[in-house]
This record gives sequence, C-alpha cells and structure tokens, in this order.
Amino acid sequence: MAVLAVAVAIGVALFLMHPGAPNETVVVLPGPDGKTGTVVVQRGDSRQVLDQPYATSRSGQAEVARLSDAEVRENFGATLQGLPARPTAFMLHFTTGTDELTPESKAELQNVLAALKDRPLPDVLVIGHTDTVGDAAGNDRLSAQRAETVKGFLVDIGIPAARIRTAGRGERELLIPTADDVDEPRNRRVEINVR
Amino acid sequence: MRFTIAAVLLGFTASAWAADVGEIKVARGVAHLERGTERLPVRVGMPVQQADKLVTGADGTVGVTFSDNSLLSVGPNSVLAIDRYVFDSTTHAGQFDSTLSKGTLAVISGKIVKQSPDAMHVRTPSAIMGVRGTEFIVRVD
Repeated sequence: MAVLAVAVAIGVALFLMHPGAPNETVVVLPGPDGKTGTVVVQRGDSRQVLDQPYATSRSGQAEVARLSDAEVRENFGATLQGLPARPTAFMLHFTTGTDELTPESKAELQNVLAALKDRPLPDVLVIGHTDTVGDAAGNDRLSAQRAETVKGFLVDIGIPAARIRTAGRGERELLIPTADDVDEPRNRRVEINVR
Repeated sequence: MRFTIAAVLLGFTASAWAADVGEIKVARGVAHLERGTERLPVRVGMPVQQADKLVTGADGTVGVTFSDNSLLSVGPNSVLAIDRYVFDSTTHAGQFDSTLSKGTLAVISGKIVKQSPDAMHVRTPSAIMGVRGTEFIVRVD
C-alpha cells in the first residue's frame, strides 16, 4: 500500500514537473484591405489551417476557435502597437521637360510630407522618370534632377539626407508604354517609397 | 556596375551592408539584441542580421522592418531568434525562419511570402507555422 502511495506520488510529481506542451496561441488577423491570409499550424501530427479573420489555434485544442477583435486588443495590444509603420509609396508628376511639380502634385506633396513626419526614422527611396520626349541622355539627367528636387523637399522638413536615396531611370521604365517622342504626363513622375 | 544599380535601387537603408537584413524601427522599454557573444541594448535605427536574437523585458517591445518589407513586433517578456533570412531583391525569392521560444510575436508578411508562399516559418516549442501571406500573432506562455 505504501509502495503504491509512493508510486502515485512519484507519478504525480513527474506529471507536475513535466510541463507538457506549453500553452500556445496563434491568431490570424484581417489585413487593412479586409482580406485575411492563411497560416498553417503544424503541431505534431495535427494540422490546422487558419484562414478566417481572428481564427485561433490553441495548443491542446483540436477545434479552431475565434477571438473577438476586443480580445485581440486586450491580449496583444502592446505587441501590435510595436509593429513598424507599413511601407508605403507615393507618386508625384511634373510639367513637361522640367523638375516643376504639376499643381495636383504640389497638393499631394503635402500628404507625402505629413506621412513622412509620422515616422521616427524613415527610409526613403526616390526614383525619377521621364516620358519619351527628348533624347535618352537628356532624360537620364532630367529624371535624376526630378528625384533630387523631391529629395530637397524631404530634407527641408527635417529628414536626414543620409536616409534618402535617389535614382534617375530616364525613359527606361515607362508607366504607360509609348513610342518615342510622346508627351505622356503619367510617365513624367517620381516614385517615393517610404518605410 | 550591376552591383551599383542594385545597391541604389534596392539597398534601401543608409547602412545597407550585405549582412543587414532589417532595421529596428520601434524600441520601447528594456530590450536587447544578442549577436554571437554580444548583448546590445536595442535602439531605433539598429540593423538586424541573420542569427540575431531579440530579447525583451516586462515593459519591452521591439519593431523591425525587414528588407522584403516583412514587419515584425516582439512583445514584452519574449525571446525571438532570426534563424534564417535570405531575400533576393531582384526576384523576391527568399526564406524567413524564426523561432519564438517565449512571449508574443506579431507579424505582417512581406515580399518573400508574396513571391513564394510557404517561404516563411515561425517555430514555437510545440508547433511550426507556415505563412501564406497574412498578419498574425503568436503567443507562447
């Protein structure tokens, strides 16, 4: 009897000492566009596919659960707030043959500057382009000048120049494919990638 | 020349050494980055490399932006190892494997997953997650 009691005690102790599988939770979140991706959770032989908003896999539970948005915020708020700002891109357009922004793009520039100010340490890549009017070498120079002009606006609001890269792609990467010597406003642009 | 163009177009950060695969964008509370035998307090702007380990205290949170635009946040009381990070900025092919041994991790996947679903994995002590383009949270208690 005593032996059995000791054996049970040892068994209980072993059970308590062995933590088994840790308590794990995986939650899939809807993206900003409302679409939800897929995460496949493989746990030993069990495989759970999470492809619905807030679908939740918990260790030791065969069923896929579903957390509420409020539960996610409450449990994971601090971690979610630590996500860096999403990379984003802007496009500005120019009047023909110049590094002068179109009136619409002058307004858009204010949005770009506001978005950049929100980031503690932005990386910026500015790529200038031209349409096919003029010769290729001149367009290389013009596209680089457009990129430098935009860089100047960003430096003016306090973004360190070392965080901004520029490139001029001339007429090599037309947004709207055209023949040579075609005045196409949508090709006269600068792309600004921010992250 | 090819290298120069690639560096201009794709070497996004100012300190874009080949070994740097990401940059710390958010640093709150107590948090360290372990690299080999070094233990560095995290600060915004610090580069992240393959094989680095991020360790946070009770009030710590670290946000990282990777070369492929994957975003990651390591929450309080957590340990996350970057096991493998490879990204070809021309083809967008790559591999991103990490291990969360404890704590909380939030992920927004980037170009690697967009290009090749199942090229990103997160391991925990009991599971392995295959990521097919999404946002998700993992917690290990």
